[in-house]
Amino acid sequence: MTTRILGPFNRVEGDLEVHLDIADGKVAAARVNSPLYRGFEQMLPGKAPLDALVIVPRICGICSVAQSAAAAAALRDFMGLAPPPNGLLAEHLVTACENLADHLSHFYLFFMPDFARPVYQDRPWFPAVATRFQAVSGSAANDMLPARAEFMHLMGLMAGKWPHTLSLQPGGSARPLEHSEILRLITLLRGFRRFLERHVFGDALEAVAGLDNLAALANWRQGRVGDLSLFLNVAEDLGLDRLGRAGDRFLSHGAYDLFPAGVWDGDNAPLDPAAIVEDVSHAWMAGEALPPARGMTQPLPDKADAYTWCKAPRYGGQVVETGALARQMVAGHPLIREWVAAKGGSVTARVLARLLELAIVVPEMERWAKALTPGEPWCHHAELPDEGVGIGLVEAARGSLGHWLAVRHGRIANYQIIAPTTWNFSPRDAGGVPGALEQALAGMAVDADDPMPVAVQHVVRSFDPCMVCTVH
Amino acid sequence: MPPEPLNLLWLQSGGCGGCTLSLLNAEHPHLFTHLEDAGIRLLWHPSLSQASGSEALDILAACAEGRERLDILCVEGSVMTGPHGTGRFHMLSGTGRPMMSWVLDLAVRARHVLAVGSCAAFGGITASGGNPGGAMGLQFDGEHPGGLLGAGFRAGGGLPVINVAGCPTHPGWVLDTLLALALERFSGTDLDPLQRPRFYADHLVHHGCPRNEFYEFKASAEKASDQGCMMENMGCKGTQAHADCNTRLWNGSGSCLRGGYACVSCTEPRFEEPGHPFAETPKVAGIPIGLPTDMPKAWFVALAALSKSATPKRVRENAVADHAVVTPAVKKTGLK
Repeated sequence: MTTRILGPFNRVEGDLEVHLDIADGKVAAARVNSPLYRGFEQMLPGKAPLDALVIVPRICGICSVAQSAAAAAALRDFMGLAPPPNGLLAEHLVTACENLADHLSHFYLFFMPDFARPVYQDRPWFPAVATRFQAVSGSAANDMLPARAEFMHLMGLMAGKWPHTLSLQPGGSARPLEHSEILRLITLLRGFRRFLERHVFGDALEAVAGLDNLAALANWRQGRVGDLSLFLNVAEDLGLDRLGRAGDRFLSHGAYDLFPAGVWDGDNAPLDPAAIVEDVSHAWMAGEALPPARGMTQPLPDKADAYTWCKAPRYGGQVVETGALARQMVAGHPLIREWVAAKGGSVTARVLARLLELAIVVPEMERWAKALTPGEPWCHHAELPDEGVGIGLVEAARGSLGHWLAVRHGRIANYQIIAPTTWNFSPRDAGGVPGALEQALAGMAVDADDPMPVAVQHVVRSFDPCMVCTVH
Repeated sequence: MPPEPLNLLWLQSGGCGGCTLSLLNAEHPHLFTHLEDAGIRLLWHPSLSQASGSEALDILAACAEGRERLDILCVEGSVMTGPHGTGRFHMLSGTGRPMMSWVLDLAVRARHVLAVGSCAAFGGITASGGNPGGAMGLQFDGEHPGGLLGAGFRAGGGLPVINVAGCPTHPGWVLDTLLALALERFSGTDLDPLQRPRFYADHLVHHGCPRNEFYEFKASAEKASDQGCMMENMGCKGTQAHADCNTRLWNGSGSCLRGGYACVSCTEPRFEEPGHPFAETPKVAGIPIGLPTDMPKAWFVALAALSKSATPKRVRENAVADHAVVTPAVKKTGLK
């Protein structure tokens, strides 16, 4: 048995280290280390409740709006507020903008460049993929970066800037739009649709979103020119649909009043936030397993048997996976459900679900934009209670994000955060059960002499990890 | 023959990665073309480069040992010195060494060192709430010179750390700084007393604020989504904060004030601990204690009282509404 320490994993948004025990050419065990601790849950107690809106988005530069939305939702719950229709639509638009831009960044900048590595130079698809997806110099960046930046003009219009906006408030949006601004919004969404249809899919978004079974997908792919097709060719050749399966138990907090909340374990069950507990047995953290509403965060750097700053959230005691694949499993997307029933979760399934969301959500954004009504209210208001609790459950691009807030004497008394990658990249729990990535890596074939096996990198990046959120 | 491109190495530590993500918002041209046109080669960037694991560590080691020329070192995120000065809150993965040691080794080899964002410059949001991680900036700890590298540090090119402060940084602030360095059009006189590039730090966020008419008449917003000036009640520091946000603009047409919320002065040291709730203006006897920069208090009080008494109905009523409830009068006699 040999042990390899892999890192730094770049293109994962933050720093990540993976320890692999390798025996007989296979991963015998994997341990995932999130090596950065900043201490946001220690910073927040004592602050005024609304200060969370400034502080928590700065946990993460790529899920910044998701953090804003979760904080606004927790405060909304605590204050007993409900936003007006414009405020809710604004929140959908701003959060969807971030999530879809993140899907693009993941596919083009973080995930695909690995297939341009020399290790694949003998594959038939290599010349096309290397030309298009080579990190920094590939042709895809010339199409994707301007399209993404123009799509992000939505943030300039509706959120002031990205990342780190304060426009999402407990009562709705602080940024009312005028009639002409709504027209600009509709125009920029059309521009983004044009990019997706031309470069990503080679087809109308509605046609892609409507692919409802494996046969339909196989038929659609025939002769299709576009980056999704290119990926599916690579994935098929390399067998990425048999790589990176975790436990196939999926969690979604639900998004945009479009994708419902729930937990999939062979069947859908309603989400019960009370079933969530954070185990700390293998984290450099003091204390014991606690539900996040009563959670504590106290670093213990010399703790025996610990190997990461990341806690281990469990749902009903079980490991769950979260992300676009989980969201679409819970939402019941027919193609994704059939795919997982036939082959299980995998690198391919995660990437496919992410790109499908681009095709599903952009037409919804167009509908939301048209439903905005100038002159109607954008934000409701209420006094801040002196005491109380609130929960904010939202979906970031990479999965379920939860904030648990407690206020006493008008100040934050406790603030606990469980981020998507906290779920996916959690360490072992007290029962020794590995987290989702640790499970996905176990058993895969690797060359013990390869200092950075590329297949391991595909699996790791298929989760679209955000390490700065993971530990916060 | 074109000159040899400048080698840029980018490191991330105790931050959110948001300054890199903001950089991806660069337009006309986009980020990669901009760097290429400026004659800058990315040796390694943690979010953008292909090299991973040992490939990446080879690049870092070559720079640290002087085998690879390091023209520009960009550090994003605070230096994590905790717990107890050990730096164990961020061990660079795959190396078993604290990131702060890597930064020390690399900074002394670099011709220019950039602190990208307020975390790397001053500690920033990572130093909030009692600073549990021991976060500090490269050459400042909050407003105090020092930081990891010490007040006397000078990079190989002779400049101290260039503090491209902001939370996040505007892509233009970073790219303009890099281009100016590449063109050798950047010297010590281009830095303000907090070592920020003066091309953006010699402006105030207030400059170009579209709420200026409300400011002139002290017609103030009272709650989120109101259209009025946010200085009197909502905690806005735009008249004091150094940055060109409202003339340069973000994501096409935005800024914090245009987004409906207060400037939290994110380019300033210690912005993360303002000593009052971010969204409330601290006052003494009803007067904001944070007066506009360069404005004598007596003048401000006198002018505020005068302008409040002269506020037109349109401005007064629109200030506390989420849309224009009173529109500007249409003059029947033509404009003069």
